[in-house]
Amino acid sequence: MSRVICISDDALAIACGADRVAEAFAEAAPDAEIRRVSSWGMHWLEPLVEVDGIGFGPVTTDDVAAILDGSSEKRIGKVTEHPWIARQQRLTFARAGQTRPLDLGDYEDTGGWAGLKRARDMTPQAVLDEVKASGLRGRGGAGFPAGIKWQTVADAASTRKYIVCNADEGDSGTFADRMLMEGDPYCLIEGMAIAGHAVGAMQGYIYLRSEYPHAMAKLNAAIEASAHIVAPFQLEVRMGAGAYVCGEETSLLNSLEGKRGEVRAKPPLPAIEGLFGKPTVVNNVLTLAAIPWIMAHGGAAYADYGMGRSRGTMPIQIAGNVKHGGLYETAFGVTLGELVSDIGGGTDSGGTLRAVQVGGPLGAYFPPTLFDTPFDYESFAAKDGLIGHGGVVVFDDSVDMWAQARFAMEFCAHESCGKCTPCRIGSVRGMETLDRMRGGGRAGSDSVEALPQIRNTSGGVREASAELELITDLCDLMQSGSLCALGGFTPYPVMSAIRHFPEDFGIAEAAE
Amino acid sequence: MDMTSENAELSAIVERYRDAEGGLLPALRDIQNTFGHISDAAKRQCAEVFNLSRAEVHGVASFYHDFRDQPTGKPVIRLCRAEACQARGGEALAAEAENMASGRVMIEPVYCLGLCSVGPNAMVGEQVHARLGKSDIARLIDEAAA
Repeated sequence: MSRVICISDDALAIACGADRVAEAFAEAAPDAEIRRVSSWGMHWLEPLVEVDGIGFGPVTTDDVAAILDGSSEKRIGKVTEHPWIARQQRLTFARAGQTRPLDLGDYEDTGGWAGLKRARDMTPQAVLDEVKASGLRGRGGAGFPAGIKWQTVADAASTRKYIVCNADEGDSGTFADRMLMEGDPYCLIEGMAIAGHAVGAMQGYIYLRSEYPHAMAKLNAAIEASAHIVAPFQLEVRMGAGAYVCGEETSLLNSLEGKRGEVRAKPPLPAIEGLFGKPTVVNNVLTLAAIPWIMAHGGAAYADYGMGRSRGTMPIQIAGNVKHGGLYETAFGVTLGELVSDIGGGTDSGGTLRAVQVGGPLGAYFPPTLFDTPFDYESFAAKDGLIGHGGVVVFDDSVDMWAQARFAMEFCAHESCGKCTPCRIGSVRGMETLDRMRGGGRAGSDSVEALPQIRNTSGGVREASAELELITDLCDLMQSGSLCALGGFTPYPVMSAIRHFPEDFGIAEAAE
Repeated sequence: MDMTSENAELSAIVERYRDAEGGLLPALRDIQNTFGHISDAAKRQCAEVFNLSRAEVHGVASFYHDFRDQPTGKPVIRLCRAEACQARGGEALAAEAENMASGRVMIEPVYCLGLCSVGPNAMVGEQVHARLGKSDIARLIDEAAA
């Protein structure tokens, strides 16, 4: 029997040189079968090459000969037994690293379509009850119970309903959606078809960010190949155009309608008046991709994982300055310290770990003193943070937390859709205030304050501590006065940086 | 491409999306990809076909970062400037890239390519590049400028 050599065709593996490595193997071992599979998610080992189940990584074209003759020092043993993989609880990413993404045979052989078949043998209400029993909450960040959202859409009277998949994964430090869409696209399609059956929708849209052309190609090919299986449910991918705010659900709906991606006020909820005013399920990729497992194994089996009100597993993405970065799916409840130190292996640079940002650009910065926080929705909220889409970005001691806080405001200003004043203008004022804090306050009134018409400012010299009061007040306003999470959550990284790292802001201690 | 064939191609693109739900965005995307920018003539054509005012079409086209109203005139390298790449030395690399490019290539920021565990990352066309050091970015710039 000829050897089977597996190399990922995930965009990350390709960016690390997987295509060149695959070509080199094809040339050096012409009788071997080269399979381009999804990625295991052990990113520090990419390009990872698996020869008859034994892994090698990270591989360059120079390693090919040694791997083939068995003398390579990059051998990591059997990939399935690697501690980083063996410790995980992979439900949504059960196929990662093991199947060819577009091979329908591989998908069926690994339990594909079992959830859809079972769902179609059940009444829509029974499917809704199963999803509710699973305790699945929206994986995009808001954590809203998926079953309740679906029930609302199912109960809404309308001749036309939609399933919209939010694949606008814009948070830095997150890549689980991308890996799922590139590595297991049929899983997402199956989840959307089940959602369609449960709520009575015939049309689905996947709104994909334009930075993911590899995912676009895989999804389009998968939709075409599986059209006969999910019919009469129909699916289309729509590409975004580089607006971070379109990851917010109402802004995404406007964008899908071909409009400016401006946020809408809620109510009406999208579940009642969503895309083109019709009842619409808007769920994140990971939420929909969890559905096939839930329908195949039952909601109760899924709810057996997790802690408190966070049930099931979360595909956590460990990124930034970390030694062992990648995709780590596990039940809720693992602590932040375990994630970054034990599993992630500390910083990649070797420097002291100083801060961890959890939940993307709108997530709080955590110092090592909070590493005992368990990874679940409520525990993070209790520490003034959020888990968001499950991205964990590690920073070493070279980080300037003032610069990170300023970047959060700058990013908000850059990406604001402009609808809410606290977000559109507050973010710019926030940058200015932080700049003055860095400068130790300000020396005197500015030109506007000096005008005779202006009578209600304190004017004059301002200490850094007074600037702190201003930025605290501004963040409070942004948080309560913005329609969506962009303006509403930008205060999280800013205030957490000030609270936990006041020394970087030239102040002794942050005011509570 | 001469003017007539350009107009014909423009019409063909816009017509393709006439009956699509929310067809304006995919039409603009297609125009941007084909012509490298969205001209006033293209906006007029969209307004006509989708029964919108030109202001509405301009409003949509100007909202999204991917759409340009002028061609860049030079190759573009999109370098990730988001937090995960910052944590891996992305900002220092960006400053060096700007110097090395010295106007031959446009170094444009992008906020996250979803390769956050192996940064700093960049995208040229649809090609992605990871673990970039100074010599890698220099090579990308030279290749793009060639």
